[in-house]
This record gives sequence, C-alpha cells and structure tokens, in this order.
Amino acid sequence: MSTHPRLVEVRQNVLKQNDVLARSLRQRFEAAGVYVISLVSSPGSGKTTLLEKTLTQLRVCGYRVAALVGDLATENDAARLARSQAPVKQIITGTVCHLDADMVERSLDEWKLSDLDCLFIENVGNMVCPSSYDLGENLRIVLMSVTEGEDKPLKYPTIFNTADVALLTKMDLAMAVEFDLIAARESIQSVRPGMQVLELSAKTSEGMDEYLRFLEARIGTRPALAGASIPAVGGDFPFII
Amino acid sequence: MHELSIALSMIEMATAEVERRGGAQVNALHLKLGPLSGVVKDALMFSYEVACQGTLLEGSQLVIEDVPVVIYCAECQAERELESIQRFCCPVCGELTADVVSGKELEFVAMEIEEREPAVAL
Repeated sequence: MSTHPRLVEVRQNVLKQNDVLARSLRQRFEAAGVYVISLVSSPGSGKTTLLEKTLTQLRVCGYRVAALVGDLATENDAARLARSQAPVKQIITGTVCHLDADMVERSLDEWKLSDLDCLFIENVGNMVCPSSYDLGENLRIVLMSVTEGEDKPLKYPTIFNTADVALLTKMDLAMAVEFDLIAARESIQSVRPGMQVLELSAKTSEGMDEYLRFLEARIGTRPALAGASIPAVGGDFPFII
Repeated sequence: MHELSIALSMIEMATAEVERRGGAQVNALHLKLGPLSGVVKDALMFSYEVACQGTLLEGSQLVIEDVPVVIYCAECQAERELESIQRFCCPVCGELTADVVSGKELEFVAMEIEEREPAVAL
C-alpha cells in the first residue's frame, strides 16, 4: 500500500445548499403568485415599526399580506406586528445571526401561499451576515435610519450591494441629529451606483405614500394580479452567488 | 459572525467527497473568496480550525485565494479591478458602475488529498 497525494477539483459554491433551496422557494412563491420582500438593517433602524405600518396600510388597500420575522431570542416583534391583524410568524434563530432559506421554508408550513399577495420577511438586525443568504425573495430592501450616520453604507458596502432599494428611515429626526441627506445619498451611490433611495418616517407618515406606491407597483406586477406572463425565476433579484 | 456555519458547510462537503471516494487523508481545502461574499477571511480561518477538531479534516489547512472585485466599465468598454469596495467606479475614467463581474465568490475549488492505493503486483 502506498499513498498518493493529489489535488481533487470540487468547484462548488459553499452556500450551494442554501442557494438551491432559495431557488426552489422562489419558484414556489412564483407559482403561488406571492411577491416576497425582505428587510435588512442594523438593530434599531426601524424595521418592525415600518413593517407594522406597511402591513396595516396594504391591508386597508385590499392586499392579502403576511410576515415572517427573525429574532435572536424574543417574540416581541411578532407581537407588535400582529397588531396589524395580518398573519405573522416569528422565527427565533437562537444564536444564529441571520435567516437562511431553510428557516424560511420551515416557517411556511401552515400557510397557504396562494392566499397571499405579498409576504414580508424581516431579517435579524445585522448588517453583515444576512448579505450572504438568498431567501428566495423578489426584492431586498435595506433600511438605514438617520441616527446611524451618513457613512453607514461605506462601512457595510456588501449589504447595500446585495439589496435592491434603500430606505432612509426616521426622517422626522433628521434635523435633531443634523443628518446630512446629500452625504448619505452620496455614500449609497458610491457603494451601489444607481440604487433607488426613498426617505420616510413611519412615525409621522412623511414619505409613506411614495413608499407604499412603490410597493404597490412592485406587488402589482406579479402575474396573479396583472395577468402577465410569468417572468423568469429570480428575474428581478440580482444577487445570486 | 456566520463564518462558523460557512466552515461547517465546507467540512460537510469535504467529508462527503472523502466518503464518496472510500476514504482519504485531507491535507488542504482550497477556497476562492471575494470581498462581496459577506464573509470575513480571518474569522473564517479561525472558525475552520475550530470546526475541524474531531473531524476527518482535523489538521488540514484552509488555503484561501482572494478574488478581486472586477467591474465592467461601459465608458471604457473594459473590465477593471475595483480599487475599493467603498467606491464602485472605474479606476481609469471614474465612471460609476454597478456592473459587478466578480467579487461575490465563496467557492470551494479543490481539496488536496492522499488516497491509499494498492501496491502494483509485479
């Protein structure tokens, strides 16, 4: 017997398992006619507050909406979101700092997706890890509150790079914290040229109309509502490793 | 800090490959890593060493090849290496661009193994 050292080619994405699962989720969402939007941001930038208002408003407009919400330890966010009367499910990740496609899939068991027009997925508050995981969503929104500083995108370029749209939140506090809107917009364009940016305050409702119109345009482009042909899987989701 | 789960995934993939081959000693895993993968190199190196303990891969090396971020500049009609991921613009003409050609890699490229082979009968 002798040993023979050699190099064996593997050539596989380390996150292949997640990506395969995300792709099948995207197909499932597509077939059910549900548009899926995920929210990513730092802890405390206002994801839950915005989502509660979003669910409430979209329900008023007649949309059938639901939300999955990721949290490390508590069910507080789900309790807050439930006030919107929309179906809400909490995913407690324990020590895991992000959601992955498997957690999303396992949470969908009791829901009939074809009864929904739009599903929101609120990720765990974290600007790093969620960027690596495709959840099968159609649109990824990154939130940044005015209290976080204008250069946040420069500190976390990857999360901005994997998102489709940026929201500047808590605009009602902009004056108080001397937020430099031009500098913030420049930071975003520097790490993701051409990125659409919306400004709003979920508290005062400033900018909420424009944001909701934006969402409705996205949700409305789905085949179930618009009667259009089914677009390519993942067609408007640019981040697939 | 999701590098530990990334390291565990790599170990799982390598172990499956070794088992498929009916056993081998693993000397090293080769990984291509881009800055836009969202994975921190040092944290991954550390996690890998910890995660390998008590597995088939204990004592193996993780060899990481850094992949640069390459963008396509429509103005120059050329691919260019980005100087900083804080600024997505062509290093030659300054044109802003979001057209990423590479830099998102998190690819398990190859593994160095030693397989036992029966001695050839004379």
